[in-house]
Amino acid sequence: MAAAARPVSPAASLMSGGGPVARIQVSVNGQMYTAEVEPRTLLVYFLREVLGLTGTHVGCDTTNCGACTVHLDGKPVKSCTVLAVQANGRQVRTVEGLEVGGKLSAVQQSFYEEHGLQCGFCTPGMMMTATALLERNPNPSEAEIRDAIRGNLCRCTGYVNIVKAIKAAGKKMQAPPAGGSA
Amino acid sequence: MSADATPHVKGGLGQSILRKEDARFIRGKGNYVDDVKLPGMLYLDITRSPYAHAKITAIRTDKALKVPGVLAVITGKDLEAAGLAWMPTLMSDKQMVLPVDTVMYQAQEVAAVVADSRYAAADGAAAVEVDYEPLPVVVDPFKALEPNAPVIRTDRAEKSNHIWHWETGDKSGTDAALGGSAVTVSQDLYIPRIHVSSMETCGCIAHMDSVSGRFTIWMTTQAPHAIRTVFALVTGLPEQNIRVISPDIGGGFGGKVPVYPGYVIASVASIKTGHPVKWIEDRSENLQADSFARDYHIHAEVGATADGTVTALRVKTLADHGYTDAAANPSKFPAGLFHIITGSYPFAKAFVEVDAAYTNKPPGGIAYRCSFRVTEAVYTIERMMDILAHKLNVDPAELRLKNFIPPEAFPYKSALGWTYDSGNYAGALRKAMEIIDYAGLRREQAEKRARGELMGIGISSFTEIVGAGPSQTFDILGIKMFDSAEVRIHPTGKVIARFGTKSQGQGHETTYAQILAEELGIPADDIRVEEGDTDTAPYGLGTYASRSTPTAGAAASMAARKIREKAQKIAAHLLEVSPDDVEWKDYAFHVKGVPGKSKTMQEVAFAAYTNHPKGVEAGLEAVDYYDPPNMTYPFGSYICVVDIDKETGQVKVRRFVAVDDCGTIINPMIVDGQIHGGLTMGFAPALLEEIQYDADGNIHGGTFMDYLVPTAVETPNWETAKTVTPSPHHPIGAKGVGESATVGAPPAIVNAIVDALRPYGIEHIDIPVHPWKVWQVLHGGEKPG
Amino acid sequence: MFPPQFEYYAPNSVDDAVALLSRFNGEAKVLAGGHSLIPLMKLRLAAPSVLVDINRIPGLAYLREEGNHLKIGATTRTGELLESALLRKSYPILTDAAQEIADPLVRNLGTVGGNVCHGDPGNDLPACMIALGAEMSLHGPNGHRTVPAAQFYKDTFVTAVEPTEMLVEVRIPKPVARQGSAYHKIEKRVGDFAMAGAGVSLVLTEAGAVSHASIGLTGLGPTAIHAAKASASLVGQPADEAHLQQAAMLAQAEAQPSTDLRGPAEYKRAMAGVLTHRVLVRAVARAKGGA
Repeated sequence: MAAAARPVSPAASLMSGGGPVARIQVSVNGQMYTAEVEPRTLLVYFLREVLGLTGTHVGCDTTNCGACTVHLDGKPVKSCTVLAVQANGRQVRTVEGLEVGGKLSAVQQSFYEEHGLQCGFCTPGMMMTATALLERNPNPSEAEIRDAIRGNLCRCTGYVNIVKAIKAAGKKMQAPPAGGSA
Repeated sequence: MSADATPHVKGGLGQSILRKEDARFIRGKGNYVDDVKLPGMLYLDITRSPYAHAKITAIRTDKALKVPGVLAVITGKDLEAAGLAWMPTLMSDKQMVLPVDTVMYQAQEVAAVVADSRYAAADGAAAVEVDYEPLPVVVDPFKALEPNAPVIRTDRAEKSNHIWHWETGDKSGTDAALGGSAVTVSQDLYIPRIHVSSMETCGCIAHMDSVSGRFTIWMTTQAPHAIRTVFALVTGLPEQNIRVISPDIGGGFGGKVPVYPGYVIASVASIKTGHPVKWIEDRSENLQADSFARDYHIHAEVGATADGTVTALRVKTLADHGYTDAAANPSKFPAGLFHIITGSYPFAKAFVEVDAAYTNKPPGGIAYRCSFRVTEAVYTIERMMDILAHKLNVDPAELRLKNFIPPEAFPYKSALGWTYDSGNYAGALRKAMEIIDYAGLRREQAEKRARGELMGIGISSFTEIVGAGPSQTFDILGIKMFDSAEVRIHPTGKVIARFGTKSQGQGHETTYAQILAEELGIPADDIRVEEGDTDTAPYGLGTYASRSTPTAGAAASMAARKIREKAQKIAAHLLEVSPDDVEWKDYAFHVKGVPGKSKTMQEVAFAAYTNHPKGVEAGLEAVDYYDPPNMTYPFGSYICVVDIDKETGQVKVRRFVAVDDCGTIINPMIVDGQIHGGLTMGFAPALLEEIQYDADGNIHGGTFMDYLVPTAVETPNWETAKTVTPSPHHPIGAKGVGESATVGAPPAIVNAIVDALRPYGIEHIDIPVHPWKVWQVLHGGEKPG
Repeated sequence: MFPPQFEYYAPNSVDDAVALLSRFNGEAKVLAGGHSLIPLMKLRLAAPSVLVDINRIPGLAYLREEGNHLKIGATTRTGELLESALLRKSYPILTDAAQEIADPLVRNLGTVGGNVCHGDPGNDLPACMIALGAEMSLHGPNGHRTVPAAQFYKDTFVTAVEPTEMLVEVRIPKPVARQGSAYHKIEKRVGDFAMAGAGVSLVLTEAGAVSHASIGLTGLGPTAIHAAKASASLVGQPADEAHLQQAAMLAQAEAQPSTDLRGPAEYKRAMAGVLTHRVLVRAVARAKGGA
């Protein structure tokens, strides 16, 4: 559901010291945005600094940790290793897009219920990967879950409750829809 | 600690209520330092040294200043003019903010660039030109102490790389006891340098507002008040005009206690430019320059009688501290709490000495969930107990059960001066053995060994020491290590409580609310907990070394009880009886002997503002600064089962059972989460993580490509269980728990590996146990470790 | 963390891409998945002044059998290799390798072309392409040319691709009867570079002798290695344990490992033998109709 193309504030073009810029149009969480960015602007910084969506985090500089995971045309990717210009004309979904109409997604609800987070820093990326997994396969085995999140590092939880949360979310997603939210 | 028959309060002690803080995190609405954006904010990036030891002969900033967006470049000479080129460390040594003429570790800060965007700041930092004259590099702490070693710290009066010598215990008594022991074992153990690598790196936004004179700094810090005081002392800014805000922190584990140069440089940059200045380090900077942990070279000896009763323990350690002693230990304990090393066993005699050396590496020593060197201590004693068991040809579980300090011996005073509050070591070990079917595993191992298959079982029965700490012995830079809670009840019976600690994921917004719920009879949902803003929170020493529950958790109880004392008077007034006729029971104030006549805390709270009795002030609040009478001593037994691939040397943890005892459990779900995370941070150093330096001081393991943090694939599925042995001196009987698992896990894993390799005749293998180290044992190559 | 500035082009055809590469003659780099290039640029270890993004070129991502070959388009994502039932059935070495590349997120963008052309001795696909006898199809200002995998890898980060060329397709001969293949690597931690890796493709005769074999090694030298002697030792011999062991020993000798953070050379050399043996056993089982 795209709203009308919506220019971002002029500050958006102050990404960096005056190099050549490219004009991009990106749909983020169903909302269309237009902005001017340098080609070297990483997608994660476009989301965080230009669009103010700070839920996606930066945890490393070598494409290892997955804290920056978002969906690009439905597939989970590490947004620190994608140029914003590569997202031109494409659809991005971030953690802020998981809650719809005031209702938490099954993944969000389950992370909460299963204590699948502690400091919360890896959590958005982890949930985006989990969401993509469960949208393809709502009944993964424990081994499949652990393999699916192997690109998302967590230092706090030891993964036990993250795995439980993802399993529980899958069950919710298989069940017929019911009401209620957190 | 409500008994089963009495009513509960919603969200009280022992309940696994879901976390209040999660609401923002699951929506991506956490407020971490890098999420904060201020008007006119500038960005700082840092040029770093490629050399581990070098003279700086020139710094040229003209190219950097020409980079579009760059506003200023700061060097050591600029800071020297302001008296800020060096600053004190938490161990009363000195560290450089920016070097004036010499760099002392690879990746050391050399110059800083301020720009209007992150990208421009990075361009600027890359454009600063520095000329170096390399100097001889010292990376081996043993060589550092040799007579002709190059002196690293030429700024010190004493021209040597020896920082300090520390010892405790009865040297001559221990020597005699060891000499007279029927059995002795000794072993060298090296615990390499590792890095805590919380998912969020360090950073700050420094904002000097010249109009109001207020200096505000958003900072990834585990100890905001201590930072505020240190800033006041170092900069001369008046402390009431300094505000430290520690917002949401993405993991600390000790790595966010030190004052890193970037914080100070950003502050200077803000003062210089008149703008807020944000500094967020990259992961590479975090790994290469921020506080490390461990790096202890240990030599340990244990004596025992012929029938296996331990007699004496003697330990000599060389500590590699990097170029300055900036470990954040309590000031009287330069080796932290290493002397908990007698562990769960009643050694009559013990002696420990530690020498610290400077090397051309970043400073630190305790930033990795270690409880102030307790990881090193427990690793040593638990490895030695297995080595002793092997020497005596006794099962390692039996040897431990035979020797454990028995429950009736508590409070137990150790040979090295600690008074353990409570413990039931045999209870924990027996429970772990039962859960994992220890006897069955030993049978399986015998069968497998007969077929040449490698399977190992390792035990770790650790005693932890947390809750720093009593004011007689604990201080950091002179500030005593109490902690605080300020609790206020509003007219409508809701609560706001602020603390001197600072959660980085441990769930204080929930657990403190649970303590207060239990004490006040007010549901946890009605209790708001805040931490981290030094303008509003009462003074505390922060959260690290598992101290929060033992100190601030106790303060919460005590503050709540002060409130109850006053509330009782108001209740009596409402019930029209004397306060002596009122008792607090079942979470309400009752008239003694008159069932049905009672008032809730909420009713009392309303009255505190609308109908307070004569002689009693209005309002309903209290603050408590809690000086703990002792440390708390959580403990546990862990049993690990490993299988080893004989062809490749790869080690697989098949099962790991952790029985923990942290006394009264506030929130079982949260405690288990702490254990899971802690075990993973014990597993990692045992098998994966290390930071190494080559002879030129180049770091290996300086990015996440090479520094391998466990993923969900290799992390075992931890099995947890509990025993509950309350602390007799803590108001709710609780002990800390955050670090127990990191402390207890590594020796369980190494003991299992050595046990598996028993047929190959080794006593020890140094961590991390890479597959090739095992392979070398299996194929009779160079002895590993 | 922040790449230096560069010019960016996103052409819509291979010809346009090649024209850009020529125009900037050596100063331009191809951007495919970007999961090798962008990390290097973020660390400022690489600073090309121009990036030519080939992701907008239609018809460059495909996985299909055509004529006598399996054809894989250059911008096919490595994750797609895992999803393919065709590969699992007929080219399982590629399924094995894809499972071991990095992590699923990286595989959603990282391309076959990138993994083949980057030239890191730790990349997994090169050894597989060598084992499969693949051919790399390149397009440049002078037109089209093909380079066999065994000649493709020259040195660390140096392949046969000229600065003004780009890979457009990898072509692999379709399997014949009783052909089996397998890949396996061992790592310190999942997603890390290999301590050692080996891949093999072989064909058995009806009598169970080996009529064709090709072994490729990962992480055991400056480039992926074709263990030619080990491969040759199997041809004409029964596929029995003794000959598999012998081939493993020869592969071990052909490895050129160096000591680094992923292990001592002596260990890696031994692992060359262990892994070659393991993939040979697997490939033989698959050739006989097992999994």
